[in-house]
Amino acid sequence: MPEVSSALSLSTVVLFIPIVGFLAILVFLREEQHTEQIKWTALGTSLVAFVVSLLLWIGYDASVPGLQMVQRNDWLPSAGISFYVGVDGLSLLLIILTTFIMPLAILSSFRVHVLEERGRQKLYYAFMLLLEFAMLGVFMAQDLFLFYVFWEITLVPMYFLIGIWGAEQRMYAAVKFFLYTMAGSILMLLAILYVGIQAGTFSLPDIVAGIQSGAIAFPMDGVLSSTQSFLFLGFFIAFAIKVPLWPFHSWLPDAHVQAPTAGSVILAGVLLKLGTYGIVRFCLPLFPEASVAWAPYVAVLAIIGIIYGAWVSYAQKDVKKLVAYSSVSHLGFVVLGIFALNAQGIQGGILQMVNHGISTGGLFLLVGMLYERRHTKAMDAFGGIWKAMPLFGGLSLIVVLSSMGLPGLNGFVGEFVILLGSFGSSVLGPLFTLFATLGVILAAVYMLYMFQKVFMGELDKEENKNLPQLHWQELAVLIPIIIAIFWIGLQPRPFFDTMDASVNQVVEQVHPYVVQAENTAMLTVDEFVQTAAVR
Amino acid sequence: MFQVPTIADLNLGLTLPALSLALGACVLLLLDLFVPRERKEITAWLAMAGIAVSFVLNLAGFNESGTAFLGTFAADQFTGFLNIVILITAFLGVLLSLDYLKRAKIERGEYYVLLLLSAAGMMFMSSANDLIVVFIALELLSIPLYIMATFRAPDLKSEESGMKYFILGAFAGAFFVYGAALVYGATGTTNLPEIFAAVNGIIAAGGSQMFLLLMGTGLILVGLGFKVAVVPFHMWTPDVYEGAPTPVTAFMSVGAKAGGFAGLLRIMVVALPVFVLKDGQTAAAWQQTFWLVAAATLILGNIVAIAQTNVKRMLAYSSIAHAGYIMMAVAAAGTAGVANEATRAALLYLMAYMFTNLGAFGIALAIEKDDGSDTGVDNFIGLAKSKPALAAMMTVFMLSLTGIPLTGGFVGKWFVFKSALDAGLVPLAIIGVLTSVISAFYYVRIIVNMYLKDGEGDPAAGATRYVNWAIYVAFAGTLLMGIFPWIATNLSDTVVLAVEMFVR
Repeated sequence: MPEVSSALSLSTVVLFIPIVGFLAILVFLREEQHTEQIKWTALGTSLVAFVVSLLLWIGYDASVPGLQMVQRNDWLPSAGISFYVGVDGLSLLLIILTTFIMPLAILSSFRVHVLEERGRQKLYYAFMLLLEFAMLGVFMAQDLFLFYVFWEITLVPMYFLIGIWGAEQRMYAAVKFFLYTMAGSILMLLAILYVGIQAGTFSLPDIVAGIQSGAIAFPMDGVLSSTQSFLFLGFFIAFAIKVPLWPFHSWLPDAHVQAPTAGSVILAGVLLKLGTYGIVRFCLPLFPEASVAWAPYVAVLAIIGIIYGAWVSYAQKDVKKLVAYSSVSHLGFVVLGIFALNAQGIQGGILQMVNHGISTGGLFLLVGMLYERRHTKAMDAFGGIWKAMPLFGGLSLIVVLSSMGLPGLNGFVGEFVILLGSFGSSVLGPLFTLFATLGVILAAVYMLYMFQKVFMGELDKEENKNLPQLHWQELAVLIPIIIAIFWIGLQPRPFFDTMDASVNQVVEQVHPYVVQAENTAMLTVDEFVQTAAVR
Repeated sequence: MFQVPTIADLNLGLTLPALSLALGACVLLLLDLFVPRERKEITAWLAMAGIAVSFVLNLAGFNESGTAFLGTFAADQFTGFLNIVILITAFLGVLLSLDYLKRAKIERGEYYVLLLLSAAGMMFMSSANDLIVVFIALELLSIPLYIMATFRAPDLKSEESGMKYFILGAFAGAFFVYGAALVYGATGTTNLPEIFAAVNGIIAAGGSQMFLLLMGTGLILVGLGFKVAVVPFHMWTPDVYEGAPTPVTAFMSVGAKAGGFAGLLRIMVVALPVFVLKDGQTAAAWQQTFWLVAAATLILGNIVAIAQTNVKRMLAYSSIAHAGYIMMAVAAAGTAGVANEATRAALLYLMAYMFTNLGAFGIALAIEKDDGSDTGVDNFIGLAKSKPALAAMMTVFMLSLTGIPLTGGFVGKWFVFKSALDAGLVPLAIIGVLTSVISAFYYVRIIVNMYLKDGEGDPAAGATRYVNWAIYVAFAGTLLMGIFPWIATNLSDTVVLAVEMFVR
């Protein structure tokens, strides 16, 4: 049991910083007179949140698996609901990812013409901060009620970001995004209620402790017809839609392509991770038996997603769509890693969530910068961009290679550990790894194809010859991403160390239900990190 | 031998909130004679003062419980909570009416008197402990509403609205009386606790009494089901809501439901909770029927609402759908042991619905033109540009009706679904959540129109001072209930409707 205090904790501070900025913009600043102030307030707020969240990381004791910086206050005591937040190894990196991506997304919006065109900048930046608040809340919430509140709140600002500042089909995409994800999460509401009624509380650590001690049990007597399976599915489908796992992905290309650049960055960077994070945080500890039983089926879907996403990406003529579908493929890896149900798989999954946030977020930023210059996203319209904008081309190459999983860059570390985990997993196995590896190859194919079409070749189009070079604000957005790509790629140890204890705790919770097979882990993460460092 | 009761036997102290409002209405009727024609807002202010007095009395006596009028009138926390809902509805109803009646040129002092009388009827309903009192309260609640619905006469739609409401309402009243008579025939009493006491004997005896009780229960459901507009007794709702003057629609969409559900809960939970067809069943016999009605209401209300192009009609179908959610809680109350929890859920849902729906109607009223036109869903296009504050509040109301967290609507749904799951009504709960997704479709469309579509935007000339006040109150209530739900739950935590021995 984590130590529970009702005093203000650092995690609560991080959580509420965006709301301070949100209220400041809404109350004190006016659309017409204060456009600049609105922008800088939003950026400043998100930067403060980032800095304070780093304190969270510094203050975090990685050797302790449980929650830290916990705060718990009664919210609805008669119904067993409390305001209960804290961080642990599962959520900490994702919290940092959120606070890292947000300032970049906000800064990248400063020079976006669609904002000038459609106006309502006050609303835009207010929604950005509201979104940051909700996402941080999802990662920090330790009470099922609180979690659901934040989970649903994320829909509202994202809906408006897509709907008001999106591309031509924005209305359709926004409504589809809202309805699709709401349909998924509403069944989770019932599952949450059921779990809460059975447990008599909605506090997640209490429920998990109850399950561990055997005080609370959800019967599992058949894969298809048991209570635990239904509850597992109630949660899992909500998460799978958010991820999105094939075949629940159809909202994603629409939302991604129609969203404004910053919207896509946040969507790919953080929002999709709410799903994969939810699986690790809720599905595995609450329903360990069902998780084990469903793991192979889920893994098959993940593999289909990996290959399908890659395949469809390759067929795209629109750069943004290509990146959007690549998310389906990448997130398939994450889900595969999680359902390997061993330490490597889950650690790789979590790291890959961070990696995907950085790389794909970066790709969307790059596409956005191209779009600002040429007002098109069709691959045919480009070619030879490297010659027109060498610096931009170079930075793009790094991001593309990172997304492909080149050794030495961040993507490789995550994918490799996931493959390792799935190979050694006693619920999955080498066959799954084999097919997933196919996805790695395909990723190289579509990414390089895209890079070649856009950046290489002759600079033969007149419009492309005089493209303006990168503005300092754009550079300021890209540099942190490049740094992160190299840092994780070359020095992954601190990241693994942070989550190690917490992940092991989850694995132990699932462990009793995993049938032990002969071919357990071939390589431990530690060994792997050493080999990576040598390289 | 019959004893002539003394005043002390009547226990009038407990009835003060409802009684004061009824008396206030009578006094207002007299005072109104002295209010000059062009200064009828004085009558409105007096009406609000009357509501405020009743509200204070209600809060003062909130924790007292007991019976009055020789056992026909019960005062408890259930009453107290519902009275809060009813009185706030009446108060906001008056605020919404003030300027509206003036600009629609239908301002008359009687309007406020009728509104107070109807509200008094609702309050008596929440206290009724006897089938006869339920009936009297039902009529006191309804008859003023029939008149108020036609207040726009000679406008055809308004006349149709009142006429339709009156004829169908009279029918429904007759059904209710017949049902009450059958129950009396079976049990020999109209007093709810006495009916409860008699039910066990009837189950033991079986036979024709059982049949009478079953028929009676069914007919009572028809009568009250009409008032709260559940499928299949909902047909009148869209026409009546559309035709009636908007503040009247706002008032009755909440008030009549609060009254109807108060009666339904009292009868079912106090009098008939142990009415089972076979000995040993844990759920009351009526649960099955209520379950089906709730499911049909949820499905039909939410699906048909999608097709509506007039916001008043859309809100009418949405109100049918919300009656379905409350009905879900009533059905859950049929399971032994869940009754009190489910009753609380229904009350919380009613309160959330009250704030949200009054706010939504307030905004519909604000964009309505003086002649009652321009209440289309399309009239919301561009509202975010012309009236950003109104659009933002409407967004919150729509999200609350959808059941998005941090709004009252979510808190209401949370408790209703929880009680349904507690009662083991899992399929009903699943229907409930799936239909909420459907409902998102038409609520979000209003948001799409306000924010996403380009257009000039309605000047919202109806958003006058008092209308704005009413909308602010509704907005604050919606958010407060969503963010600080304990305010509402603490008020209802002590609600115990089912008698002790029923909790088995």
